[in-house]
Amino acid sequence: MGDGPPTLWEWFARNWQTGRVGSISDLLGDHLLMSLVPIVAGLVLALPLGLASVRWRWLYQPTSGVFNVIYALPSLPVFMLLISVTGLSPVTVIIPLTFYAMAVLIPAVVDGLGSVPDHVRQSAVAMGFTPLRRLVQVELPIAAPVVLGGLRVVAVSSISLVSVGALIGQGGLGMLFTRAYQNPFLPPVIVGIVLIVLLALVVDGLLVLCQRLLTPWVRARGTS
Amino acid sequence: MTWLTDFFGDPARWSGPDGIPVRMLEHLEFSVLALVLAMLIAIPLGLLIGHTGRGGVVVVVSANLARALPTLGILVLFVLLLGTASIWPVIIPLVLLAVPPILVNTFEGIRGVDPELRDAAYGMGLRGGQVLGRVLVPVALPLILLGLRLSAIQVVATTTVAAYTGLGGLGRFMIDGFATQDYSSVVGGSVLIVLFALVVQLAFMLTQRVTVSPGVSQRLKIR
Repeated sequence: MGDGPPTLWEWFARNWQTGRVGSISDLLGDHLLMSLVPIVAGLVLALPLGLASVRWRWLYQPTSGVFNVIYALPSLPVFMLLISVTGLSPVTVIIPLTFYAMAVLIPAVVDGLGSVPDHVRQSAVAMGFTPLRRLVQVELPIAAPVVLGGLRVVAVSSISLVSVGALIGQGGLGMLFTRAYQNPFLPPVIVGIVLIVLLALVVDGLLVLCQRLLTPWVRARGTS
Repeated sequence: MTWLTDFFGDPARWSGPDGIPVRMLEHLEFSVLALVLAMLIAIPLGLLIGHTGRGGVVVVVSANLARALPTLGILVLFVLLLGTASIWPVIIPLVLLAVPPILVNTFEGIRGVDPELRDAAYGMGLRGGQVLGRVLVPVALPLILLGLRLSAIQVVATTTVAAYTGLGGLGRFMIDGFATQDYSSVVGGSVLIVLFALVVQLAFMLTQRVTVSPGVSQRLKIR
């Protein structure tokens, strides 16, 4: 980031922590909140729905149909329509992003659980695992790589999507883009893009780390 | 609900250069333009890389990176750099953001074809190009179409956001309405875009039904 022209760096240093509302560090905090809540909430909601879809197969078709449709809805009009319900607050951005996250994560949970080999499940039953213990200790760990794969997609796209919220005044770092456009000035745009991409890369990296820690056997087998 | 009747019931909304029909055609025009340009870049490139197997890592990494790019930021960046004399400063980022989903799915689709199928095609005496056109593409078609659909969803949404940087299309109703606190315009415009996006989604699902070979989609039971 330091290899840009000095004006860019100077602008960044001067606006990072101004003590007034809307400094870059504030925006970064807002951005983190508005992207992390949907990622976590999406996972928490997608797990039971995914489990239910595996348990009762007939449920999967309608659920995935509904979420496919939701996923196709552009974010901006959804934000705008929600304003009349939730007002101009971060919640207006967080709710739609949570639904987009679920649209990606429910199929990931279902596919992940589907990837549990039948003989493994039967072994667990034969060893006397109760259904709950089988789920927690056998099936979910095997499903983890697929679910985490979905979570990585969700994390990166949520972090970049939050910025669209700037058009209703709730965009975290995206506010730098609207400010730069209203008062034509390049540095805020570049700083905004760089910070958002960096944030996405850092969160993605953390998730890869989680994947390593949660599924040590994958590495032990020599495949990544 | 009165917002909706205010918006759709006003005859002035249905005519003139900022009427609903004109804005809808604009939205369609920009979306189709961006999608077609992205297809022209991404499909040949995806076929080439998938068929030769070279450069696959680059495709996957760049597609992941592209997902992290904030669309609004890229739009503002291009408009500040290139001005707003024509629509191209807005169309270029639309195309750039539409390329990765098509590219990565075309690549994955071709690469994922069963190697035995590929060998069988060569064994029957087909040459490289023929194998690609007659076997690999039809088998990979569901994934290629998925890439196109994801890309179309993205383009429709980004075209909406692009109204902020002065592009026409249905996004204008929302952006202008929001700026002037005309909430009927905001709600009416949002509903129009949601409907537009749903029609696009439906069109792609129908295309998939019609174009994917019954043998590939397993609608035909092979005994």
